Amino acid sequence: MNEVAVLGAGMHPWGKWGRSFIEYGTAAARAALADAGIGWADVRSVVGAGTIRCGYPGHVAGAAFAQALGWQGTRVTSVYAACASGAQAIDTARAQILSGIAEVVLVVGADSAPKGFFAPAGGDRPDDPDWLRFRLLGATNPAYFALYARRRMALHGDTPDDFARVKVKNAAAGALNPYARYRTAVSAGQVAASPVVADPLRLLDVCATSDGGAALVLSSMEYARRHGAGDPVRIRAVSTVTPVYPRTEPGLPDIATDSAVAAGPPAPGFRESIARAAYEEAALGPEDLSLAEVYDLSTALELQWYEDLGLCPEGEGAGLLRDGATALGGRIPVNASGGLASFGEAVPAQAIAQVCELTWQLRGTAGERQVTGARAGMTANQGLFGHGSAVVAVS
Amino acid sequence: MVAGWFTKSDDEEGFRLLGTRCGACSAVFFPREDALCRNPACAGGVLTEVALSKRGRVWSYTDGRYRPPAPYVSDPESGWQPYTLLAVELAAERMVVLGQAVPGVTVADLSVGTEVEVVPGILSEDADTVWTTWQWRPVEEER
Ligand SMILES: [Zn+2]
Repeated sequence: MNEVAVLGAGMHPWGKWGRSFIEYGTAAARAALADAGIGWADVRSVVGAGTIRCGYPGHVAGAAFAQALGWQGTRVTSVYAACASGAQAIDTARAQILSGIAEVVLVVGADSAPKGFFAPAGGDRPDDPDWLRFRLLGATNPAYFALYARRRMALHGDTPDDFARVKVKNAAAGALNPYARYRTAVSAGQVAASPVVADPLRLLDVCATSDGGAALVLSSMEYARRHGAGDPVRIRAVSTVTPVYPRTEPGLPDIATDSAVAAGPPAPGFRESIARAAYEEAALGPEDLSLAEVYDLSTALELQWYEDLGLCPEGEGAGLLRDGATALGGRIPVNASGGLASFGEAVPAQAIAQVCELTWQLRGTAGERQVTGARAGMTANQGLFGHGSAVVAVS
Repeated sequence: MVAGWFTKSDDEEGFRLLGTRCGACSAVFFPREDALCRNPACAGGVLTEVALSKRGRVWSYTDGRYRPPAPYVSDPESGWQPYTLLAVELAAERMVVLGQAVPGVTVADLSVGTEVEVVPGILSEDADTVWTTWQWRPVEEER
């Protein structure tokens, strides 16, 4: 197996702290290095997951963290793939390790998110689909999540109460996580009483924008053994696939789907194909998972992931939730960390934070939110413009 | 702003979205794709302009209860009026096209499967310019 070891995991608590993303990333990196039991000087490659500020994607990633930690001549890489940036940073680090370019790699992602809706950079840019969807349609991210949610209601009979149950579940888990921004229980009544953002989704159905940072120290299995980590958590698969033409579900930030006239819709669809690629590479299936961390940008989207990950058949996500299977203590806990519902979105950090959670769960050190006997976990999300993202880790 | 995305006609009956069609594989593109066919199985054909179906059925719908950020244009001095957003499935083109509903249509007026048609509308206007756009309007019951 092409496995790499997770030697260390670290986070900066998420929230609206009003500080620089570099502070969050550096704090997370130091925590991951301490957790790995190695020094910054031992790191010969750093990969930063980029965010976009001031028009310089990547300026704020690998080099920014390497400078903050102290220039020491290490190999440096910056990757940007919107919400999949963290997974691509992990994938890059893994490829360096497996190819023998580097033995131990520091992966860092952090952000200081602006308040309110994410919006495109300024200027008149009608050749940019992300600019166009705001200018022509006023279509915010929650608007797309709401289109998916309403479609689920029509197709599968999901209800706003089902969506609220996701928030209640994730808030209960997040209350047990010291890194989460929101650490209080939420009731279904509170979700129902929150204002509608984009019908049928309410404020508490949609994740907030947050500051946060997350980091991992990855190494070759041989390096891990030399450093006394004989049986580390291992990353067994990283999926970063694109959709297959024609993409037939409206995807952020596009204004229309591909036409299915020239070629029939692919099976499986995009999100499902992200999971499938990860399962194939890891040589395991949904029945082998102890837990999953999925991108709950909206409560309704979490139900969709249940189906796309194969945790239940299509259309039965709400049933799986109602049965308690995906809650802590259930058959297959999803978002034991509390998910984005509890963290909020710090774009380049989130896919890395998901793997931090898997690491702690697979080590058995997740405290009150520990999934008993966790042996394998999967993360899933997708980045704007068609970036797949899933990671499988095992203990 | 989006040259060639829809007909210039203000006449509702003649108003259409404009896409392109590949001469080799017949794939349709909206927004228009004028450079290269994006079908990976296609060797590449000539892309010619084509008017899309006037009518389609609602794939899904929502609204915007909060004012979207720029570059969406709205008057910050006036109260926010939610707009309704539709994703509409065009049967002949086998694609889904997003668009705002005509003013006055709310989510309460819609369901998945509702038949709608494309009509010209006003996106925004200032002293010098009226920005036209496409909007979806529920089709009146025909008797
Ligand atoms: Zn073609």
